[in-house]
Amino acid sequence: MSDDIHVFICSGCGIGDAIDVDALGELVQSEYQVKPRIHPALCGEEGVALLAAALAGGGKAVLCACSHREKCDVFTIPDRFVSRVSLREGVAWCQPAGEEDTQMLANDYMRMGMVQAQKYDVPQPFDEEIADGILVVGGGCTGLTAAAEAAAAGREVILVEKADEIGGRLLKNHKQFPTKPPYRELEEPVIIRLIETVRSSDLITVHTGTKITSIDGQPGQFDVKLETPSGEVAFRVGAVVQATGWKPYDATKLEHLGYGLSPDVITNVEFEEMAKNEAILRPSDGKPPREVVFIQCAGSRDQEHLPYCSAVCCRVSLKQALYVREMDPDAKAIILYKDMRAPAQWEEFYKRVQEDEGVFFNKGDVTGVTVNGGLKVLAENTLLGEKIEVPADLVVLATGMVPDAADGEAIRKVGEARAIIAKNDSPVQVEMANQTVEEFGHHEGTEILNLNYRQGPDLPALKYGFPDSHFICFPFETRRTGIYAAGCMRAPSDTLTAEEDAQGAVLKTIQATNLLKEGYSVHPRWGDQSFPDFFLQRCTQCKRCTEECPFGTLNEDARGTPELMPTRCRRCGICLGACPERIVSFKDYSIDIVSSMLKAIDIPDEFDEKPRLLAFFCENDAYPAFDRAAALKTRMSPWIRVIPVRCLGSVNVVWIADALSSGFDGILLIGCKSGDDYQCHYIKGSELMGTRSSNIKEKLTQLALETERVRIEELSIDEFDRLPEIINEFAGEIEEIGMNPFKGF
Amino acid sequence: MTATTTDNVGAPILVIGGGISGLSAAVEASEAGHEVYLVERNAYLGGRVVQLNKYFPKLCPPTCGVEIHLKRLRTTPRVHLLTQTEVVGVAGGPGKFEVELEKTPRGVNANCTNCGECVEACPKERPNDFNYGMDETKAIYLPYGAAFPARHAIDFDHCDRDSCGKCRDVCKVDAIDFGGKVETETITVSSLIVATGWKPYDANKLEELGYGKFKNVITNVEMERLAAVDGPTGGKILRPSDHQAPKVVAFVHCAGSRDELHLAHCSAVCCLASFKQANYVLQASEDATVRHFYIDRRAPGRLEDFLQELENNERATFVKGRVAKITEGADGAVILHAEDTLSGQKVEFTADLAVLAVGLDPEAKDAGFPSGWLTDEQGFMVGNSSSAAPGVFATGCAKRPAEVSACVKDATGAVLKAHQIARRG
Repeated sequence: MSDDIHVFICSGCGIGDAIDVDALGELVQSEYQVKPRIHPALCGEEGVALLAAALAGGGKAVLCACSHREKCDVFTIPDRFVSRVSLREGVAWCQPAGEEDTQMLANDYMRMGMVQAQKYDVPQPFDEEIADGILVVGGGCTGLTAAAEAAAAGREVILVEKADEIGGRLLKNHKQFPTKPPYRELEEPVIIRLIETVRSSDLITVHTGTKITSIDGQPGQFDVKLETPSGEVAFRVGAVVQATGWKPYDATKLEHLGYGLSPDVITNVEFEEMAKNEAILRPSDGKPPREVVFIQCAGSRDQEHLPYCSAVCCRVSLKQALYVREMDPDAKAIILYKDMRAPAQWEEFYKRVQEDEGVFFNKGDVTGVTVNGGLKVLAENTLLGEKIEVPADLVVLATGMVPDAADGEAIRKVGEARAIIAKNDSPVQVEMANQTVEEFGHHEGTEILNLNYRQGPDLPALKYGFPDSHFICFPFETRRTGIYAAGCMRAPSDTLTAEEDAQGAVLKTIQATNLLKEGYSVHPRWGDQSFPDFFLQRCTQCKRCTEECPFGTLNEDARGTPELMPTRCRRCGICLGACPERIVSFKDYSIDIVSSMLKAIDIPDEFDEKPRLLAFFCENDAYPAFDRAAALKTRMSPWIRVIPVRCLGSVNVVWIADALSSGFDGILLIGCKSGDDYQCHYIKGSELMGTRSSNIKEKLTQLALETERVRIEELSIDEFDRLPEIINEFAGEIEEIGMNPFKGF
Repeated sequence: MTATTTDNVGAPILVIGGGISGLSAAVEASEAGHEVYLVERNAYLGGRVVQLNKYFPKLCPPTCGVEIHLKRLRTTPRVHLLTQTEVVGVAGGPGKFEVELEKTPRGVNANCTNCGECVEACPKERPNDFNYGMDETKAIYLPYGAAFPARHAIDFDHCDRDSCGKCRDVCKVDAIDFGGKVETETITVSSLIVATGWKPYDANKLEELGYGKFKNVITNVEMERLAAVDGPTGGKILRPSDHQAPKVVAFVHCAGSRDELHLAHCSAVCCLASFKQANYVLQASEDATVRHFYIDRRAPGRLEDFLQELENNERATFVKGRVAKITEGADGAVILHAEDTLSGQKVEFTADLAVLAVGLDPEAKDAGFPSGWLTDEQGFMVGNSSSAAPGVFATGCAKRPAEVSACVKDATGAVLKAHQIARRG
């Protein structure tokens, strides 16, 4: 197949007015010995046909037209590489027409595109055999739904449950609150039907009383070992759904609400069991209670206990209030709440319970429960400070849900600390390790998945112990590719939403394995077939790549050398950015490609008074913002040359060093927002660049350069109004600092 | 267990609606191996979310996540996108539905390069529905700055066509087509995912709250556009009467929701949307204050943190009580009349601006879908587990008021149900 590079230059959309395209074409010919084709509207039928014809027999193309985000439908040629050079947004729309600097900018973008095409190598997709069975961990409502739904999609399923029977918490449910119109009547729990479906499926194997001993490998090739009552079982699956559910918040911590002080203060879970056994009786005397007080948010929405809302307890108490009324038409249920949370159509259910004359609602902050001299609930009306006392025969605490998950990173930390203590090399290290054990020791022994991942044996946990990576836009994307969390371990949920969650997680497992069979990456770089290559002869075992990969892609051998697990990779390039030895590269994205691109830029000598600024922009936020600012025809400094990067975390410090030694006067790095409300779709790329900035400062100081020459900014995609200001202000500052003294060396 | 399954992908899946639910369903289905028809009524994708300034609780821009969806969509050959298209007929059943589509002419063909010269040439204006009519665009317009497809459209209600022709004259790529007609097309699909979403409840029906009567009573969806940098005020929240930044802003929760006379359901997102908008106001000015009139503050799960953070801000106050009436005071002030249900007292509160948290009214009820498809009394369709009809799966706000994350999750689940039918071929 031909390696020829075909160059096309579009003069439409104002490009021809701003830039002398003939002169650009001549430059292509003189510098690269390629005769470009210039066309007034490349994206039209004629232009697209030209492109297709040129690439029919092979080769690559450099398309100098609009941004790579535009016209992808017509400029995407299957199995061919097309380097997109943004003359429209990058030059014509943000620069004055006909100026020398405008032309120089276009020339440089063309050179960068040429070099990118020259250096581009065809990725070799992963083509080993892919298993597509699914391991479902947890046999409650979510896990059973996942198993049944996966089987209905033709997948083999192995379901693991630690208890001796499947069914989970819902087995103890008397009724469930409504899931269908008119949302007024209690329903029989869904769990019995689910158990039957799972038991009768030929595609589902159930292991109860079972623990996972280990999961080795990677998506499409997960090798699972189980410890079952009848011995070890080993098999291979393609993907995992973790649905390990929840446990009730430990009510013994709620002594202030009387739990443990009176037998007649019970939890909603205990009350549910009473109802199931058709014996709603006071534990103290075995008599049916006449007045049952429900305390909402018992330990929830409480900084001392669970700061979050468990989402279902309000509806559970509404349901349980109806149990009280069904038991005895003269009995009263009193619900003390902060806010009644019955969202969406469950408002109908709330209304139906409000219509019941024996159910009373009172908003107030419960301050305590007295148990001596008759059970009484004390509450305070927040506005008036008015104190109320509510006598009760039985108090039900609406306790919240705690995710039954393990925090893989915390477990790893304790393990490493233990190893340091055992080794006992340095007193300082041992002291620090002891502190780690104190902080994270309670995670020991909580393993569930037992993943053989360098970054820990379970999914990493976020706030409050729920595993989640990007909970607004991509709720199923955990930081372990091919492993999807669902149900109450992911977020407090009712049965209906837990079932829906299970369906979604199963779809993700099917999608992940189907994509692997095609050799493609999963979200967000769908369709990417490249993998990082590691030139291990030069590896110094510094472990930065294995630690910084957000997805736990890399394991380590005993010496600390990275072991690539390709199908775990999400292609963000953070390993490439992390490596001080520069040994990580993708066929189509590498140290060499980007270094060569920036070195292709013409650097005028210092007496020309034409500074050059290099910019690395996150391709998802800053780069689209740049395009949008250009579409508004906002003027931007002509000194800047922008290279979009997969993630700011993929920027290797060597590119900055190369740029400085090539004579660039300033370097601007723009990533997305980091911190608790991070927007990075690779979780921590932007944050990592922040931590690498000290290396950069060091580099600058070594070179006796001003540290202001490198600036790191965070920008959201909608801050396209601020972006030109940042660029222009930076350009102004660099002009003030003056030219890079390394120019011309 | 190393055997692998060969999914027979069968006939394509139809996704109706290109908002966040439909967009998610389409990309998830295509990446699972399916061919997809994505049908959208508007000239662009993104639906209601791209009209939002920020998402709660991260206060991050919706276009960030949408950009990733679009990036996935831009390069896949498996999704057939049909904008300005509606479903007008459905026949058949699971595995083989015949669906009749009606496509309204855009006036601008695929040659359009989004260069924008036509807009400069166009002499006519139209109300900008993307900004809820708060400003105008030209009759030929790009729906919004980041619109996908990045192609202009003509609003023929405001265009003089051939008798003007200025846009056609300046267009260098022959993209203008005044002569287009409504076209119909019948496609064969294996199942349908209904993601028709919602519209804001019509605030004009809330007579006592003064919308439409008093300039400084606006809706929550208008507030989003006022706060957005590409909105009618360039991202400055200015009150309509005098274009001044309001110092005291009142949020009227459940404006029409949880109300038998209007929307009986709870719209599930408006509490959090109001808290988010309070953040816009508080961040814009250090001496601004906000007051929320609510029935219950519904912030489930970890979203509770978002409420807590606002509660900790001394410039934010909360009154439990439904606003019964809004009247107008001096200089455009608005006076809210409510009963504080905790104290039992009637309260009056004067604000510079009142924001009505109008609820989610399901679009599906007016979409002319087959009468056999199950809906509840409010017009929400029955969901994907027990489907609305065999092979018809409702998702997102078409079936239940829900925030973005829940919609994305739900849409992914709906794709599984569609996948199960498609692979049986």
